[in-house]
Amino acid sequence: MRLRIRFSKIGKIRFTSHRDTARIWERGLRRAGLPVAYSEGFTPRPRISFGLALPTGYESEAEYLDVELDGEAAGLSGLGIDGEAAGLSGLAGALTEATPAGITVQAAAGIDRAEPSLQETVTSCTWRIDVDGVDEGTAAASAARALDAGEILVTRERKGRTVTDDVRPQIVSLDATSTATGGVRLIAELGTKPRALRPAELLAGLCPSPRELRVRRLRQWISTGSKQREPLEAFTLPNPSPAADAARTTNAKDHRDDRPSGRQRGEPAPRGRFATATATTTAQVARQTGRARANLVGS
Amino acid sequence: MAARRHGPGRSAEFGGRAGSLGSVTDLWPRLEELLPRVAKPARYIGGEDGMQSPVHDARAVSWLLTYPDTYEIGLPNQGLQILYEILNERPDALAERSYAPWVDLEALLRTERLPLFSLESHRPASDFDVIAFNLSAELTYTNVLNCVDLAGVPVRSADRADGDPLVAAGGHCTYNPEPLADYLDFVVLGDGEEAVGEVTEVLARWKAAGKPVGGRLGALRELAGVAGVYVPALYDVAYDGPRIVAVEPRFPEAPARVEKRTVADLAHWPYPKNQLVPLTEVVHDRLNVEVFRGCTRGCRFCQAGMITRPVRERPADQVRTMVSDGLRRTGYDEVALTSLSTADFSGIEQVVADTVTDAGCGQVAVALPSLRVDAFTVGLAAQIQRARRTGLTFAPEAGTWRMRQVINKLISSEDLYGAVEAAFSQGWSRVKLYFLTGLPTETDQDTLGIAELARNCVELGSTHRRSASVTASVGGFVPKPFTPFQWFGQNTTVELRRKIGLLRGELRRTRGVRLKWHDPEATLAEGLASRGDRRLGPVIEYVWRRGGTFQEWSEHFDSGLWLEAMAACGLDPDWYTCRHRRVDEILPWDHLSAGLHKDFLWQDWRDALDEVGLEDCRWTPCYDCGACTGYGIEHVVASAVPPAGGSQGTGVSRSSGGPVPVALAAPRRPVGAGVS
Repeated sequence: MRLRIRFSKIGKIRFTSHRDTARIWERGLRRAGLPVAYSEGFTPRPRISFGLALPTGYESEAEYLDVELDGEAAGLSGLGIDGEAAGLSGLAGALTEATPAGITVQAAAGIDRAEPSLQETVTSCTWRIDVDGVDEGTAAASAARALDAGEILVTRERKGRTVTDDVRPQIVSLDATSTATGGVRLIAELGTKPRALRPAELLAGLCPSPRELRVRRLRQWISTGSKQREPLEAFTLPNPSPAADAARTTNAKDHRDDRPSGRQRGEPAPRGRFATATATTTAQVARQTGRARANLVGS
Repeated sequence: MAARRHGPGRSAEFGGRAGSLGSVTDLWPRLEELLPRVAKPARYIGGEDGMQSPVHDARAVSWLLTYPDTYEIGLPNQGLQILYEILNERPDALAERSYAPWVDLEALLRTERLPLFSLESHRPASDFDVIAFNLSAELTYTNVLNCVDLAGVPVRSADRADGDPLVAAGGHCTYNPEPLADYLDFVVLGDGEEAVGEVTEVLARWKAAGKPVGGRLGALRELAGVAGVYVPALYDVAYDGPRIVAVEPRFPEAPARVEKRTVADLAHWPYPKNQLVPLTEVVHDRLNVEVFRGCTRGCRFCQAGMITRPVRERPADQVRTMVSDGLRRTGYDEVALTSLSTADFSGIEQVVADTVTDAGCGQVAVALPSLRVDAFTVGLAAQIQRARRTGLTFAPEAGTWRMRQVINKLISSEDLYGAVEAAFSQGWSRVKLYFLTGLPTETDQDTLGIAELARNCVELGSTHRRSASVTASVGGFVPKPFTPFQWFGQNTTVELRRKIGLLRGELRRTRGVRLKWHDPEATLAEGLASRGDRRLGPVIEYVWRRGGTFQEWSEHFDSGLWLEAMAACGLDPDWYTCRHRRVDEILPWDHLSAGLHKDFLWQDWRDALDEVGLEDCRWTPCYDCGACTGYGIEHVVASAVPPAGGSQGTGVSRSSGGPVPVALAAPRRPVGAGVS
C-alpha cells in the first residue's frame, strides 16, 4: 500500500538539502520499523517519493512524501493503524520520534495507488517570505505592480544554461504585510507548472527587488478547476494529555526556534501537538490568500 | 561566561583574528544569518542523532573535540566520537565538537569577527578549557593553526595566556608531533580512552583553583606526569648544524621518554554507543563497528600497523550486539566492520552471516573496508553481497612478489587473483586495487608489475563479466615514524612522476584498467610534515599565513607555497625527505615511544633490504617488538590459527597444504633473544 506523510521542517534543520532530507527519511522509516518496499535490482532502493524540492535554507509547514509499503504487510491495520485518526496520529508521533529535531509529522494516511505522484499533482505553493531592504508600502506597491504587469521576465539558471522566462503566469497571488516585529512579509502563492517559481526568483522579478531574509512554505495545493485542496490535511488532534505535552516541551527534539512563528505573535495557544503548526496558520493563510485573491480579482 | 583575556594578537595576514566577544555564548543567531550564503550549510548546524547536549558547569572541564578538516571528512572519525561519549559520561567533564569551516564560511566569520564555534551549543571555541584536535593526516596541520586562530587563541603556545584554552592533539600523527611542537600545549600518544579521564582530573583541579596566574605551566607540568601525555614545551632540543644532538626534559615531571597508552581489552570499551548520525552527506555514511584494534601482519610501510599493536579483538558477541543495536538505533542499512584488516577477525564469516540475516534489521549491507586478499574467500564474498554490494578494495601495495617481500606484505599474486576471481564470480563488476610506488629498492620492473597485476585481474574478471574493470590507485610512498622505513629516503617528486609516467604509458591501451595516482608534490609536503622536526613549525605557519589551508584537498593544495616556505625558513626539502638516515641518527621522535624497540625496527629495516619476510606474530612465536612485553599486555585473539584461504604470508597455498614458507625458509632470530 501507499502511505502519504505530511511533515514540517522548521528551525536549524532548514539548512539540510532536499537530498539530505530524503536520506533522513530513509533512515527514519527504518527506525520506525515501517515495512518499506524496495526496488528490484543490484542496488535495491527504498520506494519513497518526495514532492517538490524545498530549497536549502527554507522552512516548511507542508512537506510531503509517499512511501510504498511492502505488499505482504497487512495494510495499515497490520501496523496498528486502522485508518482512525488515533492510529494514524500514533504513527505520526512515532515518525516524529524517528526523525531529527525540527521535523514534526503532521499527518499520515493511506492513499489510493491511482493517485498521481506529488510531483505531478501539486499545482501551486503558498510561501511566506520575510524580506529586507524595502518598507511595507514599497513592497505592497511593487506587489501590485507585479500583479498588474503583463509579463515579468526573470533570468535564471536551468540545467547549466541561462534562460529568461516570463514568470507572471505563475504568480497566483501576492500580498505584502508586516511581521510582529515590524519587518516586511510577503505572502505569495506561486505556481509549479510547467516549472515551479521559487521565492528567490519572484523577488528578483520585483522592482525594487527586496532582500530575502527567511522563507517558509506554508501550503502545497492541488487545483482542479476551481477547487483547491491539499495533498493531505494536517491533523487537528483532540486534547492531548498534559503529561505528553510536558514531555514534549522538555524533549531534546525541541530546538529553541523549532516552533511555528504563529505562536509567538500571541495568537491563541494551539491545542495539540500537530495543531501547533496548523491551527494558527490555517486561519492566517485563509485570511491572507483570501485578501491576495481579492487583489487578483480586482486587478 | 566571563570575558576572557587574550594574549597579544597574532593575526593571520589574510584575515585578522576574531574579535573579543564579551558575553556572547550562543552564536547561532549570528551564524544563521551567514549560513544561507555558504555551501552545504547543514555542516554547521549540529542536531545529529547521537548528539549530546552537555550542561556547562563551572567545575566541569570542557573539551572542544575538533577535527581539522571539513565536517564531511571529520564527522565519521571514530576516535573523536569515542572520546566524545566517554568525556560526556564523566561528571567532571563535558565535550562538544567542531570541524574546520570551509573557506566560504571562514571568510564570512573573519569579516563578521565571529570565532570558531561548537556544533552542539554554537558556543565560541575559546569558551572551552581544551581545544583537542584529532590528527589523522599531516596535510591538515595548517588547518590546526587556522582553527586555533579562528578561535581567537594565539597560535603559538608560548603566546597563550592563563585564561586561554589548552590546545591539545591525539591521533596517529601525534607519534611525531614535533612539527607542531610550538603550537600544541599537550599531546596524548596512543589510545585515548583512559588518558582523557586522567587529563580531565588534572585540569579539574587546576580549574577548581581558579586557573591561577602563572599556573598554566604548573598545570602542564602536572599533565606531563600523566602516562601517555607529552608536553612539548617541557623539552629542549639541541642541534649541531642540521642534526639533532639531544632532546632533554627541562623539568623532573617530564619523562625522558613518553610511552604511548594502550587499552588492554576492547571489550571494556564498547564505544561509540550512540554513533552520530549526520543530517547531511559525509564520507563513510554508515554504521561503523570497530572489530579489532592493532595489526601484526607487519607491513613495513604501515604506520598504523606498527603503532597500534598488539591485536585486540572485540568479542564476537559484542560485535553482534553493537551491530544490531546500532542498526536499530540509527536506521542505517549499511554497517562497516572496521579494523586494519577485517578479514583477519576470528570467525569473520559467521559474524557477517549473522549480520546480513538479522531479521530485525531488514536488508543490511556489510562493508569490510580493509581486506587482505589472502583472507578474502568466496564464502566471504558470497556473504557480503547478499543484501547489497558495497565497493570492494584490495591493497596488494606492490606489483611484484620481490617488492612485497621487501615491504612484508606477503600476499602472492595467486592470493590476489583468487580474491579477485571470488569477487567477480560473486557478481562484482569493478574492483579497486591500492598500490604504493617509491618503495625501498623499487625497480622499474616492480613498478611495471602494478600494470601487469591490474591487467591480469581484468582478464580474470572478463571470464565472468564482460564489463569487468579494475581501478588501480597509486600513491607515492611517504616513510613514517615508528616503522622500519623511518630511515628510508623517499623518492623525489621527479622520480615519482617518472614512475607514474611509466605506468600511464604501459596501461594506455589496456581496456578495463583505470589508473589513478596521487600528486607527487603532495607526497613531498606530506613527507616534510611526517618526519620533520621542530624547525618545520615555522614552515607550517608560513604556509598557513599565506592562506594555505585545506592542503589535503587537491584544489587547495599549493606545492609552490611549501617550497617557498622551506626556502624562507632556510630549510632543505631533500634533507628532510629524500635522505636515508643512519642508525646512529637521533630521530626527532626518539623521545616518544610507540612501544616498539628501536633495534627491532632497525633489524626489520635490514630484513626488508634483504627481502626477508616476517610472519604474523599473532599466530607464531613472539619477535619481541616491545608492544606487548614492554607494557605487560598480550594479543586478544579468539582464533589460534590464521583465517581460511590464501597463503597467509607464506607465499604458498594453505589449501594445498604446503608447509614450508618459501620466503621464510631461513627464519631470522628474534631480536630480543639475546644475541644481536
